[in-house]
Amino acid sequence: MDTSHSYAILLAAFFAIAAGLVGSVALMKRMVLASDVISHLALPGLGIAYLLKSNPLVGGGATLFLGTLLVWQLQKKTGLATDSSIGVVFAASLGIGALLTPNEDLLEALFGNFEKLSLFGFLLGTAAVILIVAFVVQMKDRLILNLFSPDLASATGVNVAHLDLGFLLVFSLTVLVGLRFMGALLSSALIIIPAATARQLAGKMTEFVVVACALSLVSVAAGFLVSTLIFKTSTVGPSIVIVSVLLFAMSLITKK
Amino acid sequence: MTDRLLSVQNLRVTFGNRDVLRELNFEVFSGDCLAIIGPNGSGKTVLLKALQHLIPYEGEIHWSQEARVGYVPQSVAADRQLPLRVTELLEAKARFLHLADEEMEQVSSELNLSPEFLSACIGTLSGGQFQKVLIAFAMLGRPNVLLFDEPTASLDELSQERIYELVHELQSQKGITVILVSHDLSIVYRYANRVLCLTKGKPCIGPPNEIMTPQMLEELYGAPSKYYRHIQEH
Repeated sequence: MDTSHSYAILLAAFFAIAAGLVGSVALMKRMVLASDVISHLALPGLGIAYLLKSNPLVGGGATLFLGTLLVWQLQKKTGLATDSSIGVVFAASLGIGALLTPNEDLLEALFGNFEKLSLFGFLLGTAAVILIVAFVVQMKDRLILNLFSPDLASATGVNVAHLDLGFLLVFSLTVLVGLRFMGALLSSALIIIPAATARQLAGKMTEFVVVACALSLVSVAAGFLVSTLIFKTSTVGPSIVIVSVLLFAMSLITKK
Repeated sequence: MTDRLLSVQNLRVTFGNRDVLRELNFEVFSGDCLAIIGPNGSGKTVLLKALQHLIPYEGEIHWSQEARVGYVPQSVAADRQLPLRVTELLEAKARFLHLADEEMEQVSSELNLSPEFLSACIGTLSGGQFQKVLIAFAMLGRPNVLLFDEPTASLDELSQERIYELVHELQSQKGITVILVSHDLSIVYRYANRVLCLTKGKPCIGPPNEIMTPQMLEELYGAPSKYYRHIQEH
């Protein structure tokens, strides 16, 4: 295994930790559906990037962040718990993305591909993960107050709208880091499923977040091994998701 | 002369084309217990939110510089499954406001919050205990004004009694000014020294015995004033 592969594996591990952290907050904020849709917002950008033969992450990132701002505005202006409007955004991005993405690239756009990673790509991804972790740690108290009650958080002086936007952007950044090897369809799965599993196992907040990160890490490691050693494929996303779903099923059995 | 803590002038709050509050003028002085009464939809909760600048409004709401406001909402749509302990919630507020460590201890001792209570998950608390958490949350930051929005809605009578005793203690012993929304007229009569009545017509304010007349209550709630008379007999 060469250095570029090591970079990719290391970044996948970092992504797993960020996904566990962000997923815990998303689950507690009850914005799992919105989160899932956000990851699909990358698809039209990926399609355009493939068409123009440019870097898919740039295209995916652009529509991801634009779409995130759209979701935020929908939440803020309509006050919806996002259901119907988010459903429309989801269908639109999937439709546009599937239409724009060349057939030969569609599978990779949807399910990702585990490829070598340059040092620059690794450093960029690591910087993004540091930013994600720093946001959650720095905003911990605001997030707790907002989770408990947005009204009370506002009354205490928390700018809830800005906090929500910050979290959505951090969520998008997490999706973007995982987009390369998890794809637009599965990137959010690793954010959501380990957190849902941890919720079955842990009673306290710190315990919950730590368990979510650990399960996410285990899912990535085991999924990677299953893909490369058993299925001999570089499309690792599906295996990672299957492992995390198995862990979730086990958590239901062992629920305390 | 008592200090004026709050002055509200020509307050108007609209939702769409509907005026929820209009031409509202009143003042609150230090040590007051002002009860806000009115039928459902008269804008009581809206008023408390406007007083904290949480919703858009027209007119003037002026708090004096000495006012430090705590808010106890009617209900909190918190996910009772949140893996959040009482102490984690209170500490989050204390850290966010950069409060001294002693303040947490002081509030816990004032409200008799035991270590077991503090380490309980919010999802395991009864309605009355949950309300106590909301009061403790509001008490952090040393407020001298507390806004209560029907603090005992959905509680049994014993829990209601305990919560109101606590509110009364805070007011009488610590000199905290209270602005209280309540449907319970006996509570209003017992604790409030002034009543703000939100009606479809012009809002009115004054001492309970002047405002809570049988005619006014019948106009407000569309029912005979038996309840009021019953209170008067005690």
